[in-house]
Amino acid sequence: MKKHLVSAHDLNKDEAVLVLDTAKELALISDRPVKKLPTLRGRTVVNLFFEDSTRTRISFEAASKRLSADVINFSAKGSSVSKGESLKDTAQTLQSMGADAVVIRHGSSGAPHLLATRNWIDAVVINAGDGTHEHPTQALLDAYTIRKHLRNSEGDLNGLKVAIVGDILHSRVARSNAILLKTLGATPIMVAPPTLLPVGIEKWNGEFSYDLDEVLPQVDAVMMLRVQQERMSDAYFPTTREYSRNFGLNAQRLKTMQKHALVLHPGPMNRGMEITAEVADSTNSVVIEQVANGVSVRMAVLYLLLGGSNSETGENN
Amino acid sequence: MSILLKNGSLKGEKNVDILIENDKISKVAPGNSLKDDKAEVIDLTGLIILPGLVDLHTHLREPGREDAETVATGSAAAARGGFTAVHAMANTLPVADTAGVVEQVWNLGKSIGLVDVYPVGAVTIGLKGENLAELSAMADSTARVRIFSDDGHCVSDPVLMRRALEYVKAFNGVIAQHAQEPRLTKNAQMNESELSGRLGLTGWPAVAEEAIVARDVLLTEHVQSKLHVCHASTAGTVDILRWAKGKKVNVTAEVTPHHLFLSQIHCESYDAKFKVNPPLRTDDDINELRKALAEGIIDVVATDHAPHPMEDKEGEWSSAAFGMTGLETALSVVATAMIETKLMTWADVARVMSEKPAEIGQLTEHGRPIAENEIANLCIIDPNASWKVDAKDTHSLSTNNPFHDMTLKSKVIHTIFRGKFSMKSGQVQK
Repeated sequence: MKKHLVSAHDLNKDEAVLVLDTAKELALISDRPVKKLPTLRGRTVVNLFFEDSTRTRISFEAASKRLSADVINFSAKGSSVSKGESLKDTAQTLQSMGADAVVIRHGSSGAPHLLATRNWIDAVVINAGDGTHEHPTQALLDAYTIRKHLRNSEGDLNGLKVAIVGDILHSRVARSNAILLKTLGATPIMVAPPTLLPVGIEKWNGEFSYDLDEVLPQVDAVMMLRVQQERMSDAYFPTTREYSRNFGLNAQRLKTMQKHALVLHPGPMNRGMEITAEVADSTNSVVIEQVANGVSVRMAVLYLLLGGSNSETGENN
Repeated sequence: MSILLKNGSLKGEKNVDILIENDKISKVAPGNSLKDDKAEVIDLTGLIILPGLVDLHTHLREPGREDAETVATGSAAAARGGFTAVHAMANTLPVADTAGVVEQVWNLGKSIGLVDVYPVGAVTIGLKGENLAELSAMADSTARVRIFSDDGHCVSDPVLMRRALEYVKAFNGVIAQHAQEPRLTKNAQMNESELSGRLGLTGWPAVAEEAIVARDVLLTEHVQSKLHVCHASTAGTVDILRWAKGKKVNVTAEVTPHHLFLSQIHCESYDAKFKVNPPLRTDDDINELRKALAEGIIDVVATDHAPHPMEDKEGEWSSAAFGMTGLETALSVVATAMIETKLMTWADVARVMSEKPAEIGQLTEHGRPIAENEIANLCIIDPNASWKVDAKDTHSLSTNNPFHDMTLKSKVIHTIFRGKFSMKSGQVQK
């Protein structure tokens, strides 16, 4: 494995499968009364969050704590960052505090890449979402969830088709998923109005469509992306009603899908906008499970990047 | 004090001896034919002699951002790059939008005396794009401003642009437009392309430049004025310029060394030293820009030398400043992009880096023929040099040089400014 996880491109197929397999092992811990392994005892994991994201932060925090790491939460609000401290100074501060891993969430695309490549810091860098670039652990947890249901938690995702629906242009989740799904042998299909697809989408790996109804019957899973309110004012689509009519997942549309097809959403959901409550709570929906799987996958990433050994996952520890 | 330059190659065409007395060229004769016992004799065998380079687009940052550059440090960088004249852009603090500020810059340049510093005046007050600055007062000042630009900002209001183009006709001025449609480039970070989508950096479409260039060409034709297009960066802009020149519209255009040499692929590093306005484009754009420069569709090379302190360039991409330094590397980049590729000759380089820019700036003592009685402004180049750029080895106060660690061909060896060495054997003469 590469030292850092900045992009889904950092994982080849074998490594991605290894992360998923490791997550499967580690998930067993979560079913125990004492949900803790000593693997990362004495190691320090810093959650460096320049952007609010309670969900992702607590997921990483839970993952680190279950591996017995010391966790430091460093959020931009209330720290010197909001007074204009640079990424470099923050990084060097963490370096002198002896961080072994830095989990970074940043509003600017490429910030984790800088942290990993500029020699400001020795720690392992894990991208927890940067701007409109990538969010690789989200893609891993989505792949884990799909694999669990459709591949019995074994191997890759060869032959599966997965629709990713919504604001592809601004979505780091979509980017990382498009890359990782392809790596794992699946075919991602990006579905959105043309305004919300990036220029050059035809050169991305995978397919794209403007027509959700045409795509839904073909796919094994559909990932609904959150539509940000501010897209409205920038004229990406005329009204939320129209968006919802064309790209919202409702019960009627769900009926056109294959019986085994899964419904995923990275959360938080706009119920009634991109997804109806009926669909979100249906048996096809794995949205709640994604959250639990997120912890397992992030444990696996921390475990593998911080160099734990296999024996330590055993029952005796 | 006189200088005898022996056996240099005049624009790469024929070997000559040049005798300089006081600030003038007093004799030009065939190679190794002149003798002068009193003169300092410099052997230029194997070296190229061009007229001193003229930059139409330089950010010297003074007044206001003396942490990034001053007229003194920028002048030294210019001398080292072979320039004898630079045009200082108006986006200083305060903005060069009054006779007072342009005269201050003009006088600073004079007192430093390494290069002639011609201030560019702002088109609108405070570069705000709302009201015309006192263009006539700047034109009539001792700085004798002829080029007006809101560079860094586009004069996007079509009515204001029309008025500016009309108004400067009274004193034969030219409006140098920074062509960037602001609504199409809100928060834009890099060239819009498959790569911007992949990197998650907000795209800067080529059409945002081309739409303004097309509009301005039409306005210029309509009011019969003069337009200069700053830093053309796209193949589409080249097409519009070709069309406009075919229609005899009075438009000129510049391209920067970096847009002739560096593509958007560098953005993959998220290293903000490659962040520039307009953004680095594609290989296809680079090829079209090179061809257009060779053909004369693009008239000149201008550096858009834009120094920034380290702290504005080493952070995350979206919060970093736009711009790169370029005075000291311009000639070598142009030689590498245009001479090594056999697209241009040294005479062509003299045209695009000295003669034409001097003509656009209406300078009477730069970009002139190298002949008797002309002011001795010269740039002397080793065409066989090959050197690795070190961003820290600079006279600029800033090190945001995108060519760092790259190997370039040809190097400026001496610069003669008004009959004296402003740089000799690589050393700026302070």
